[in-house]
Amino acid sequence: MKVTVKLFATFQKGRFTVEAREYPQGIIVDDIITELEIPRDSLGIVMVNHRHVELGRELVDGDTLAIFPLVGGG
Amino acid sequence: MESLDDYLASGAVGDLVPWSVQMSAMEMFSCSCAEVEERILSLNLLPARYQRNRQTISTAGQLRLFRSRVAVIGCGGLGGYVVEQLARLGVGNLVAVDPDVFEEHNLNRQLFSSIAELGKSKVAAAVARIGSINPAVSVTAHRIAFTASNGAELLQGALVVVDALDNIPARLELSEICNRLGIPLVHGAIGGWYGHLATQFPGEELVKSIYRNWSAGKGVEQQLGNPSFTPAVVASMQVAEVCKLLIGEERHLRGRILSLDLHAMEFHETGV
Repeated sequence: MKVTVKLFATFQKGRFTVEAREYPQGIIVDDIITELEIPRDSLGIVMVNHRHVELGRELVDGDTLAIFPLVGGG
Repeated sequence: MESLDDYLASGAVGDLVPWSVQMSAMEMFSCSCAEVEERILSLNLLPARYQRNRQTISTAGQLRLFRSRVAVIGCGGLGGYVVEQLARLGVGNLVAVDPDVFEEHNLNRQLFSSIAELGKSKVAAAVARIGSINPAVSVTAHRIAFTASNGAELLQGALVVVDALDNIPARLELSEICNRLGIPLVHGAIGGWYGHLATQFPGEELVKSIYRNWSAGKGVEQQLGNPSFTPAVVASMQVAEVCKLLIGEERHLRGRILSLDLHAMEFHETGV
C-alpha cells in the first residue's frame, strides 16, 4: 500500500521532503519512524491526515503521514 | 469645580482624548494615569493613542482590554514581544514572570534587551519599557522562575495566560495549572525558522498532547538557536489570540495546532 510521508524542518536533512512510499499492510507510525532513523526524543507533532496521532496508529493505503521535530524554545 | 468627567469630555476632540489632556487631568484631579484612562473609556471616549485600533476594537472592547489581566510567563524572545504588544493594544494589567537577566546572546532577538541592559533583569526592563509607552498599563514583575508551587499565585486574577517559556517541563506544568485554575492558555514555541502555536481552553490537554513524544531535553532550538524574526512572528500571533479571548471574538485557534516554517514560508494545521 502507498503512504505519503512528509518530513518537516530538520528532519528533511539527509532524508527527503515528501515521498509516496510503499509499505506492507498493518504498518504503524512507529515502524516508519524507525525506518527513517528519526530519534524518538526529537519527535514533535506527528500527524496522519492532518490529525495529531499516537505512534501506535496503524496506517492504511492512501494515508499521509507528516512528522515535525520537537520545538520548545521561547 | 469642574468634574473629571466634564474635563475629559470638554477636552475631547470628537471622541478622542489627547495625551496632553489625559496628563493634565492626572495633575488637576490627583488621579493616576490608569484611573484617567479608565474614566475616558467609561465615558465611551477613546484615548487618542488607540485611534488606529478602533476599526479592529470598539471602545467597549478597549475598556474590556483595559480592565483585563494577562500573565506572560517567560519574558525572553516571545515574552518581550508579547508584553510590548499587549501594552500597546491597551491591556491594562500585565504580569511578567522571568528569573533571568539579559545576556549578550539575547541581543539578536529579545525586544527589551540592549547593551545598557546586559546583566539586568528582563522583567525590570519590561516594566521600564512599558512605563515609557503607556504609564496607564500596570506591569507586575516577578523575577522568579514559574514552578508548580508558585504557579497558582502568579496566575491569580489572570483572564488569559501566555506561554512564552523556553523549556518543555515548565510548559507542561503551566498548562496543568491553567487547567486547574480554569484559565485559557495561549501556547507558542520556536526554534530556528520554525515554530508553532495553539490555544488551550480549560479542560483540554493540548500542550500535553503536543509534547506527548517528549521524554527529556530541548527541541530543535538547542541546535538551531533563534533568529530575530521567528519570536516576533509567533509572539504576534499569540497576541492576536489573546486579544480575541479578551474581547469575546470567537474564531480561536482551538482544537488545532498551527505550525510555521518560515524557511519554506509554509503554515500547517494539525487537528487534535
